[in-house]
Amino acid sequence: MAGKPKLYYFDGRGKMESVRWLLAAAGVEFEEEFLETREQYEKLLQGGSLLFQQVPLVEIDGMKMVQTRAILSYIAAKYNLYGKDLKERALIDMYVGGTDDLMGFILMFPFLSAEDKEKQRALIIQKATSRYFPAYEKVLKDHGQDFLVGNNFSWADVHLLEAILMVEEKKADVLAGFPQLQAFKARISSIPTIKKFLEPGSQRKPVPDDKYVETVRSVLRMYYNIKAS
Amino acid sequence: DGSLLFQQVPMVEIDGMKMVQTRAILNYIASKYNLYGKDLKERALIDMYVEGIVDLNELLMHHTFQPADKKEQHLATIVDKSTNRYFPVFEKVLKDQGQDFLVGNRLSRADVQLLETLLMAEECKPDILAKFPLLQSFKARTSNIPTIKKFLQPGSQRKPPLQEKDVPRVMKIFH
Repeated sequence: MAGKPKLYYFDGRGKMESVRWLLAAAGVEFEEEFLETREQYEKLLQGGSLLFQQVPLVEIDGMKMVQTRAILSYIAAKYNLYGKDLKERALIDMYVGGTDDLMGFILMFPFLSAEDKEKQRALIIQKATSRYFPAYEKVLKDHGQDFLVGNNFSWADVHLLEAILMVEEKKADVLAGFPQLQAFKARISSIPTIKKFLEPGSQRKPVPDDKYVETVRSVLRMYYNIKAS
Repeated sequence: DGSLLFQQVPMVEIDGMKMVQTRAILNYIASKYNLYGKDLKERALIDMYVEGIVDLNELLMHHTFQPADKKEQHLATIVDKSTNRYFPVFEKVLKDQGQDFLVGNRLSRADVQLLETLLMAEECKPDILAKFPLLQSFKARTSNIPTIKKFLQPGSQRKPPLQEKDVPRVMKIFH
């Protein structure tokens, strides 16, 4: 059996953060190698580790996995966070798809101009409160259970908590109209592995700052402007 | 009427579910019909390949929506990414394994997705596979699988490329 999973990414959230959440939720210890220079990235490229020349990269169980969705699906299945059958899996996939789309709006946020950031913040809040949060609020209300799918903790719960916290960073009271989600947030946050991940000193990464943006831009040579959604 | 979980299509009614989110739908169909590998590791490979191909697919899909003054540059991006990033990966997989299919020596959704995308890429630039002999033979071989062959014939439910003249109508529905 191989050692701990090893994550290759920038020292920041980006697309790798959901992987950190899921491994942490599953109680799996992992190592990280942070990309800080262009040279490091080129070395990875030349070494043939990056199937499509992109990070995230996760070395796990003898595989060099790329493509965030593939990585997350593998971890979820391996650690029994992917439902008990095809139909539960389908529900989890649907819910994760929604939170993925929502977090996608936030992913590009640090790279926007100041003006576009204001517009994007408004868009994130609008999408969260009129499209995504109502869907999950209803799921929880309709079945009255602690978890989104199958009355069992799953990837969908981890992903939704991550999304809720990220949106709250943009507007602290965004859950005001969503009592089920407020209770969900409290409940999932107190699961021991998650509680530990939410404490200072964990491998959870902070809100992206200018240093993070500059590192990503210089490593990827991504100096063009990103357009808002 | 509440059928669209996130107010979006695609939506597929299947086995009593109203499924949304394209990936979720595809995952379900692939699993149900044994096109998703035989174990976790094959699944992981299939997922990696499919996600990469889908990234290229998105780029191709955006081509029709490009304004006239951006089209040529976009086409250059498509050709660059296809021939430098994506096609070499699958050419190498086919070469290294010497098998007919991408994963596990049998047909999977990765093969289907790759064929779909190769055909779309050729619609953008007919000779785009010129330097990829194994992808060319993959395309021919996979197109000959009876169910696929049937789908590629006129009269099937396969849809033609979105025409430029239809773009305004499509945009209007969603915006």
